[in-house]
Amino acid sequence: MSVVTRLVALGGSWGGITAMQTILRDLDLPDDAALVAVLHRQPIRSALADVLVRGSAYPVEEAEDKAPLRPGTVYIAPPDYHLLVEPAWLSLSTEEPVKYSRPSIDVMLESAAEAFAHRLVAVIVTGASDDGTAGARAVHRRGGTVIVQDPKSAEQAVMPRSVVEAGVADRIAPLHELAATIGLAVRSRPGPGHE
Amino acid sequence: MSEPDLPDPATEPNASTDVESVELDVFLEAIQRVYGYDFRNYARASLRRRLWRRVHGEGRHSLTGLLEAVLHDPQAMERLRVDLSVTVTSMFRDPQFFRALRELVVPHLATYPFVRIWVAGCASGEEVYSLAILLREEGLADRVRIYATDVSEQVLEQAREGRMPLDKMKAYSSNYLEGGGREGLSRYYTVDGRWARMDPTLRDGVMFARHNLATDGTFNEFHLVLCRNVMIYFDRTLQHRVHELFDVSLVDLGILALGARESLVGSPLESHFDVIDAESRLYRKVAG
Ligand SMILES: C[S@@+](CC[C@H](N)C(=O)[O-])C[C@H]1O[C@@H](n2cnc3c(N)ncnc32)[C@H](O)[C@@H]1O
Repeated sequence: MSVVTRLVALGGSWGGITAMQTILRDLDLPDDAALVAVLHRQPIRSALADVLVRGSAYPVEEAEDKAPLRPGTVYIAPPDYHLLVEPAWLSLSTEEPVKYSRPSIDVMLESAAEAFAHRLVAVIVTGASDDGTAGARAVHRRGGTVIVQDPKSAEQAVMPRSVVEAGVADRIAPLHELAATIGLAVRSRPGPGHE
Repeated sequence: MSEPDLPDPATEPNASTDVESVELDVFLEAIQRVYGYDFRNYARASLRRRLWRRVHGEGRHSLTGLLEAVLHDPQAMERLRVDLSVTVTSMFRDPQFFRALRELVVPHLATYPFVRIWVAGCASGEEVYSLAILLREEGLADRVRIYATDVSEQVLEQAREGRMPLDKMKAYSSNYLEGGGREGLSRYYTVDGRWARMDPTLRDGVMFARHNLATDGTFNEFHLVLCRNVMIYFDRTLQHRVHELFDVSLVDLGILALGARESLVGSPLESHFDVIDAESRLYRKVAG
């Protein structure tokens, strides 16, 4: 299996690293799925991938330009670049920050919605801005599933609450149930061989 | 949810996307044929983003609507062309790259009596001035000629002026020091209102010229080529064309510098280059 047919796209900011670690620890993806993530952070070269890979069942890579999407791999946006999703690979851009953010969750989700449509599961976790809401709307419009961390369980409620208030959240779950919720949602999307 | 013999909208291949990708192909083909602007091998996701911004900007509702506007109104095409190119840049972007230039590349360049450098996709010149400062501090400036090229005449005009927003200089200054700067950045500019004017003598060995990496060929032999954060806007096919262009434009053992998240992995030209330093994306063309 070498093609990614279903994708999970995750966005978070304040507290997002811890949230994502929790998710990666319990995540169980089907063989044709990959995960891409944008976490806001300072634009310095950091060892975020090294932090996230601890306890993760999947390898974690900082995305390279035009990296082919490989199943069973977690990609995170590099500092100071937007991460865009194409049907078979990832692309980077240095366009202006969107809502003061580069990488921007909206940019990542909008491109992923275009590339994966109803085979996409978007996840918005803890964060202190409303980046991600426009992206979640695009995912919703294109038939993807939107999962939101329950704002009550989020370190910062602004980001998940904004998506809930936009009316595009398909499921809301506390942090410790997110991995299972994501796994189920991905499996309910059409897999390889299903149009 | 759906009736047994009605297609389920959640599993139908989305018709709107298919139409849109046809529109996009037609769009790119048309502006290439009418205006000669060739964006056909640019990376689609970011291209789409910027095209849709113009769709809304021109009060249209689809790519076809935008195409109608730009085909019949050269000014609309001009607004589109400006919006399509991402020209964001900064001085000493990725300080560790400039440190590697000083430590790994300068000693090699110093072995040549005369050095030719190509900065491809130089945008408004921040990278070129950074390089010129570095070469001066390393005592190479007198023997170097820098060819700085870009597809956009507007940004080249800005680059020739050498004027940067003053409020950015603080960040540039710390980049410069982190990148191994030996003086203080303020030594290289004068303040003019809200602008920093770069020392005009930094431009002494620099030639700014228009060059399109998608369509133009080589124009000299170089000892060092910098092309950072330009090819990320291209698809693989066009990237490989440009790799080939750099391969023929470099002398044996000439050096190629790419952006922080770019590489030659998977390129047909990969075997023509050795990795000098993976972290700073520096490559050396193998002899032969
Ligand atoms: C994001 S800027 C990079 C500036 C600088 N090299 C840096 O790393 O900061 C990209 C530049 O590539 C230029 N560019 C895009 N397509 C090009 C082409 N086909 N040929 C030459 N330059 C191109 C754009 O006009 C823009 O100025």
